[in-house]
Amino acid sequence: MRHIISIRDLNRHEIDEILDQAQNLQAHHHDPNALKGKLLGLLFFEPSTRTRMSFASAMARLGGQSISMDSVEASSMVKGETLADTIRVVSGYVDTIVLRHPKEGAARLASEFAQVPVINAGDGAGQHPSQTLLDLFTIRQSMQLRGIHVGLLGDLRYGRTAHSLAHALSLYQATLHTISPKGLELPSGLASELRDGGTEVIEHDDIQEVVKDLDVLYVTRIQRERFPDSASYFKVASSYKVTPELLTGVRDHLVVLHPLPRVDEIDPRVDRLPYARYFEQSAYGIPVRMAMLLRVMG
Amino acid sequence: MKGTAREDRKREKDARQGLLISPIENGTVIDHITAGEALNVLRIIGITGTTQESISVATNVESGKIGYKDIVKIKNRELRKDEVDKIALIAPKASINIIRDYKVWEKKGVEIPSEVLGIVRCPNPGCISNTNEPIQSCFLVQAKGMRCVYCDWLISKDITNNII
Repeated sequence: MRHIISIRDLNRHEIDEILDQAQNLQAHHHDPNALKGKLLGLLFFEPSTRTRMSFASAMARLGGQSISMDSVEASSMVKGETLADTIRVVSGYVDTIVLRHPKEGAARLASEFAQVPVINAGDGAGQHPSQTLLDLFTIRQSMQLRGIHVGLLGDLRYGRTAHSLAHALSLYQATLHTISPKGLELPSGLASELRDGGTEVIEHDDIQEVVKDLDVLYVTRIQRERFPDSASYFKVASSYKVTPELLTGVRDHLVVLHPLPRVDEIDPRVDRLPYARYFEQSAYGIPVRMAMLLRVMG
Repeated sequence: MKGTAREDRKREKDARQGLLISPIENGTVIDHITAGEALNVLRIIGITGTTQESISVATNVESGKIGYKDIVKIKNRELRKDEVDKIALIAPKASINIIRDYKVWEKKGVEIPSEVLGIVRCPNPGCISNTNEPIQSCFLVQAKGMRCVYCDWLISKDITNNII
């Protein structure tokens, strides 16, 4: 049984396979009945718009159907049911489970109890492999992945998408430039692991220092929901912003990405610049998630 | 009966230090435990105040090999290799002596296992293994430390503080 839990579980060849398949699907080379008769279970214990809808959309485009939990409040979790039991039960209803959960490692646990494949759609500050794959897919539309310079800007401590992407990019010999508010730096364990694996990770105090040398600027919002209290959130809120002025003189082929939703870290005026790819990035969630569904169910 | 020169030296040393722990007829002696870790060793191998074994513990004993060491003697129980390997996390230089009829029947070192199950708590408060789910904590032992299989958290130091 194939689960997709963490980008760490995939080697470069497997990532390339998924991205190649997504490329074919993007070009509409797919069987609209490939997953006919299959049912996808969307178990989202945290809010989501893009991930949830794009999985449902991807499933429908392949001829399958989706069912989902209305809300955590309406589920048996409020009665004290464990996630393990919920997964065992839902395994009997569907052919694949897509799980989002606030606890790190929830998807790994789910894969131990499920009788069907599990796809991790984000577990706390942990992994979000489908986002990482679509991030890579978006970059690949503009340039080769190998050897590029990528700036990771924002909340790199709690931002799961940045962690997963950093790990994936290390497989392509990228150079990573990290820029984050004090206290929200890339976890030292992850940074040293990347360096030990041969990836160059360079910390910068200011985005201005490095923006002109970047091929990709990956911006993340500050994860307010991960902070222990409001005071510590407001200390760092609005401490960085990407503006048209900041992007003056950057490389022509620079792409600015953001996993969305954004708060105020990208000025809306940037949306009109050729560098802005975050809405396309979001749309690429469909072919990438179609490829993932075909990988586990096809 | 006259003993060997080595036994004579040992008797002389015991007499000088005072006999710290009496010999056991059958069971296991865990020697060369990192000083101060004897009680944690017992916790790791599942011997607590509620178990039935007769146990002797000596701490901060002078050791020519590691300076100071702890020793644990467990009467009438021979520990299996998979049980003792768990203690390698905190006492990598420990040696295990299986005693039968007052003699060392078998002597072995400890090897760090590749997977550590249910012994160490994940320090990440957001990890699913720290909830009421029906799972045990699980770490993969790597060159840099131990990685939680659930949340990928890496423990590279202070393992003792995280023993369950």
